[in-house]
Amino acid sequence: MRRVVGVGVHVGRDRLVVVPVPATASRGESLPGESPPSPGSRLLELRGVSKRFGPVLALRGVDLDVPAGKVTALAGDNGAGKSVLIKTIAGIHAPDGGQIYWQGRPVHIRTPRDAAALGIQTVYQDLALADNLDIVQNMFLGRERARAGLLDDDSMEMSATEALAGLSVTTVRSIRQPVASLSGGQRQAVAIARAVLWNSRLVIMDEPTAALGVAQTEMVLDLVRNLAGRGYAVLLISHNLHDVFVVADRIAILHLGRMVATGEIGDFDPQTVVDYMTFGRVDRHPDGH
Amino acid sequence: MERLDDKTRGLADEATGADVEALADSAAEVAVSPELAAGSLRDYLHVWLARLRAGESGALPVVIGMVVIAVIFQSLNSKFLTAGNIVNLLVQGAVFMMLALAEVFALLLGEIDLSAGFVAGVSGVVTAELLTTAHGSWPWWAAISAALLMCAAIGLLHGTLITRLGLPSFVVTLGGLLGWQGVMLAILGNGGTLPIQDKVVNDIANANLTPAASWIVTLVLVAAYALTTWRRAARRRARGLVAPPVGFTIIKIAGVAVAGVVLVLICNANRGVLVPIRGMPWVLLVVLAVATAWSILLGRTRFGRHVYAIGGNAEAARRSGIRLARVRTLCFVLASFTAGMAGIIYASRLRSVSTNIDGGTLVLYAVAAAVIGGTSLFGGRGKAIHAVLGGIVIAAIDNGMGLQGFSAASRNIVTAIVLIAAVTVDALARRNATTTR
Repeated sequence: MRRVVGVGVHVGRDRLVVVPVPATASRGESLPGESPPSPGSRLLELRGVSKRFGPVLALRGVDLDVPAGKVTALAGDNGAGKSVLIKTIAGIHAPDGGQIYWQGRPVHIRTPRDAAALGIQTVYQDLALADNLDIVQNMFLGRERARAGLLDDDSMEMSATEALAGLSVTTVRSIRQPVASLSGGQRQAVAIARAVLWNSRLVIMDEPTAALGVAQTEMVLDLVRNLAGRGYAVLLISHNLHDVFVVADRIAILHLGRMVATGEIGDFDPQTVVDYMTFGRVDRHPDGH
Repeated sequence: MERLDDKTRGLADEATGADVEALADSAAEVAVSPELAAGSLRDYLHVWLARLRAGESGALPVVIGMVVIAVIFQSLNSKFLTAGNIVNLLVQGAVFMMLALAEVFALLLGEIDLSAGFVAGVSGVVTAELLTTAHGSWPWWAAISAALLMCAAIGLLHGTLITRLGLPSFVVTLGGLLGWQGVMLAILGNGGTLPIQDKVVNDIANANLTPAASWIVTLVLVAAYALTTWRRAARRRARGLVAPPVGFTIIKIAGVAVAGVVLVLICNANRGVLVPIRGMPWVLLVVLAVATAWSILLGRTRFGRHVYAIGGNAEAARRSGIRLARVRTLCFVLASFTAGMAGIIYASRLRSVSTNIDGGTLVLYAVAAAVIGGTSLFGGRGKAIHAVLGGIVIAAIDNGMGLQGFSAASRNIVTAIVLIAAVTVDALARRNATTTR
């Protein structure tokens, strides 16, 4: 399998110098790398989770394991329940049945705030960045550091610089440029860096490479591998099977609200994944006919 | 420093042909704020020009506008650029500047406050009424505080209706435009004009500092500005953070110093006809103080950051845990509060309040001033200082046309054209900004 290689241009790299973080930088927040979860350990487990919207049964007894340090791809056709599933994990929908375990403990995730408190961060498809604010301002949006009522921009900029450097994001010209001026891949990188900036253990990504060009897709996939390598659990939704096979360690396939297949990516090939996504089962012979 | 930049440029040039990413990167370059992307002064100018072409013009249109207006009116009437007229223009403009400062809070959210003019009217009338013997001649500070508190309450009402009930700000404040005019007329009764006797209130817009005090105050303010700007830039450079080039910091400080000295020279020239009148009007200091306070609030506090975030992408702000309703309500409170201060200045300048207060025209002037100054109608872009600059432009147009003896009809038409032109520039800049991505 081809591993993604770094494609950063490294323009203006000298502006992303890693500088020592002052004492104020770690006020209850942990930066990437400070406390990496142990790889391979069970982080998030779903058992028999179901969700009903009126007469529609969107999730039917879904089981899912998301281990730390691994990229788990969530595949499925439109309407299979992928979005409902990640929204259930992110605290936007409360499940109607089943149980969610976090590091082996049963938990109830009722609001996005609950999810964030556990260390679950979601990078949404539309990125949720404010175009008129710069990279630092976006990364700290809603949790700005302040001293005596005034924003502590210096400390935020240093931490943001460090977080981006830690993720090997070196293609941004200036960390103080508004995100409106960034390319799609760079915006995705900022959104991801923002998600890992604050105590997160699990990063959920909804179609991170949709609408990206070839080089930018590679940059983002590289970033996803990088996250898993640093011990984060990554749950990735993607329609692009090529991306899934390049980046994922594990795959889980939903069909009409049911989890029809899960396992190591090596046990699947694109054709069987398509069959599972389309029909919920595999009818063909092992030799592919 | 210079050598390092050459190296960076070399790196950038090398990379341009290398990769698709570089294309995206060079497209990104143009919209970057100039003081942030450039290391040296030369680079700064280069990036600044690139940014202009991308429609991110900042305060440039308003400066060009001022020069054009000055040239036109000076050629029509040589009195326009006399010290007396410039000071007069600034004092007249104080009301526009203050109202524009109020409007900035609504515009930054992508909303509008059409009621600001008559909220100002209510404020002026309440202040004047409380100062009359009929109401026990309140001390000036109590009357002003009561009026401002009432305006804040009006803003709270607007904000609550807009954010909790989800009504459009346009409709709520359009109701305010009519409703608060009614309240103002009801308070005034049939009297028509109510004179103000209180010396302090009248002095706000009519008294001047002594020439010596004008110098001292200005020099202290310029020194304070220079010190904070210089120390901030130096600290950021020392920490290896993004900072403007040293040359740019020096130019900025020098520019403010020159502007301050020129202003004092103009204000200290004798502009009296029968008796000598010299010195800086108090009202300029009042506007400067409010503009500074609001600049700090918007630029350096969590609240301000959240205002920009909501104006830029309300959904992103919501997902970041920002309490939208609270921030937006507070913006409308601040807008009405600031409009209240404008109303007191207005009353002070006329030494009276009357049923003639035209809040409808005032609010359009205010929106025009804020937008001409560079505040976007679409939210998320603009600064308090923009309101002040725009207010000067509007005051200059109003004053210049008055000097020429234009009729009210043609003044309205010209102001409307200027407003539409400013909004057009804003819309085009926005379109360019989105297409560069």
